[in-house]
Amino acid sequence: MINNRKHFSQSIAFGTFRFLSLMVAGILFAILGFIIYKGIGVINWEFLTTAPTDGMTAGGIWPAIVGTFYLMVGSALFAFPVGVMSGIYMNEYAPRGWVVRFIRVMTNNLSGIPSIVFGLFGMALFVNYLGFGDSILAGSLTLGLLCVPLVIRTTEEALKAIPDNLREGSRALGATKLQTIWHVILPMAMPNVITGLILAMGRVSGETAPILFTCAAYFLPKLPNSVFDQCMALPYHLYVISTSGTNMDAQLPLAYGTALVLIVIILFVNLLANALRKYFEKKVKTN
Amino acid sequence: MKRIFEKIVEGLLTCSGFLTSITILLIVVFLFSEAFGLFKSKVIEDGYVLALHKTNQVNDLSPAQIKGIFDEEITNWKEVGGEDLPIKLFRLEDVTHYFSEEQLGATYERAGELITQLVEKTPGIVAFVPKKFIVRSDVHLVHDHTISIKDVFAGAEWFPTATPAAQFGFLPLITGTLWVSLFAILIALPFGLSVAIYMAEVADHRVRNLLKPIIELLSGIPSVVYGFFGLIVIVPILQNVFKLPVGESGLAGSVVLAIMALPTIITVTEDALRNCPRAMREASLALGASKWQTIYKVVIPYSVSGITSGVVLGIGRAIGETMAVLMVTGNAAVIPHSILEPLRTIPATIAAELGEAPAGGAHYQALFLLGVVLFFISLLINFTVEAVSARQWK
Repeated sequence: MINNRKHFSQSIAFGTFRFLSLMVAGILFAILGFIIYKGIGVINWEFLTTAPTDGMTAGGIWPAIVGTFYLMVGSALFAFPVGVMSGIYMNEYAPRGWVVRFIRVMTNNLSGIPSIVFGLFGMALFVNYLGFGDSILAGSLTLGLLCVPLVIRTTEEALKAIPDNLREGSRALGATKLQTIWHVILPMAMPNVITGLILAMGRVSGETAPILFTCAAYFLPKLPNSVFDQCMALPYHLYVISTSGTNMDAQLPLAYGTALVLIVIILFVNLLANALRKYFEKKVKTN
Repeated sequence: MKRIFEKIVEGLLTCSGFLTSITILLIVVFLFSEAFGLFKSKVIEDGYVLALHKTNQVNDLSPAQIKGIFDEEITNWKEVGGEDLPIKLFRLEDVTHYFSEEQLGATYERAGELITQLVEKTPGIVAFVPKKFIVRSDVHLVHDHTISIKDVFAGAEWFPTATPAAQFGFLPLITGTLWVSLFAILIALPFGLSVAIYMAEVADHRVRNLLKPIIELLSGIPSVVYGFFGLIVIVPILQNVFKLPVGESGLAGSVVLAIMALPTIITVTEDALRNCPRAMREASLALGASKWQTIYKVVIPYSVSGITSGVVLGIGRAIGETMAVLMVTGNAAVIPHSILEPLRTIPATIAAELGEAPAGGAHYQALFLLGVVLFFISLLINFTVEAVSARQWK
């Protein structure tokens, strides 16, 4: 009798968990499915390669794609070296104890700061104080700072996974610490570091709040020429055409298309990161 | 030569090691330096005065009182500490109701004289006019003090473009943010905990490997896409279900935020559950407890601090979220009475208004001050998490 009750409550509880988990998966597929279903009809070569026309009620999203691409590259150029170097410092150089703990707390804090605060900061420092103006440079630096904690964390984890006897072996052969890191540790850790970077770029591609006041342009008829120009960006473009404008019926399909492109970028980034992870895991095992 | 090179590289590495700390320091410095001018700006619009009849005893008016007077919600001087006398409003644009164009002169050269005279002979008047139009000191000017901390943090109205006194009350925005985030967590909690327990304890390896990328994807979807989905799908549904006049409401924001906070809650909680030692589980099972009894009597109490961290981080994510909330909550800057009304959060306010606030003005500074508030909320949340997980390791 008691045994029955015990199993009854267990099957109810587990059933509930299973059901709610299915619902969460359902939510994801609902969002993805909805946007793919509505957006797929809009996507064609012309949509992807032309600029918006008629006050954003027609045409394509080419400048926004280019802008987002520039921002991704720009922030990677900043965040990657800095983040990797910081990760190396924390795992290989920093004295154990309060230094590492302090840096880790600060890195966690930085990654917890809301993206709109990064936007404010970027505007105050890069746009106004350093005088970059609303530009790709200011936007990339702001986005770069935003994803530095992510790069640091993945670098650190990648370095931590490398066994100490490799370091010791290299040092025993007479290599300096830097040589060891450069020739032994980094090549082994690189796959995981790159995976982290790819995920960080995925995050950058979708962020809107940090570029609202540092870079993003409502509409630009031509592509940016230098890092001091403004650019359009996919997420901001989606925000603009889905919340403002006069002709909602004409804008809505474009919004679906833009959302789909964003989703595809995210899907692609996640798949690529997972595939890389699996590929390198296999390679390390066979070596 | 080689040694020097190594030293240089080491120095570079050290510098970048401290980059995050420096960034936080810079954020503090820049946000504060932009924000704190707010407490130096005057309550009444620059270059203007509030002129009263000289017998009027009222000296100090808070921003809220000034707005009340000019919205004609306060109609008698005794409500703001004066004598029993009806208030008579005078704005500069009313000048043509009182005087003809010949009287004022072609370039309004006699306006100052006439307005001053009007103030001098009307006992209940309050005139909101440029300083230069008060030509004699025989009138009583309301003392124009600077915006106080109390006006901002206890002010119940956010109306930064109001004249004669802009309203920078943070209360509606702070309450709006808290309402939306708390409801979001209430919605997300049952789902988040269930999924975490399911993944950590119940599901077999294969199912888990299917769920994991789903959760990762859920956290990867950009917030504008969530906002867009909320605007197109969730808002109309809520409008129909609750028969609302407008679907953009606090609840719509909470639902979207709940979905967005899920991955954080799930990942952190699952990690915490997984950290429960195997020996404890096995001991419980060996005593005859079922799997479920073991989970809620042993595993969950053991990992409660990790679960708390997950929930607190989820709240943090919800409080700081900007774009999705901006798109679905309707952005009405009033203290909400119910979650079904439109409301406005701190991040959404910054995102919506910074573009049109003139740089260096009081409005701009108030928005940076909101950023400071957000920054400290996120620090508070991080330190809470830090403290909670430090307790776990003891």
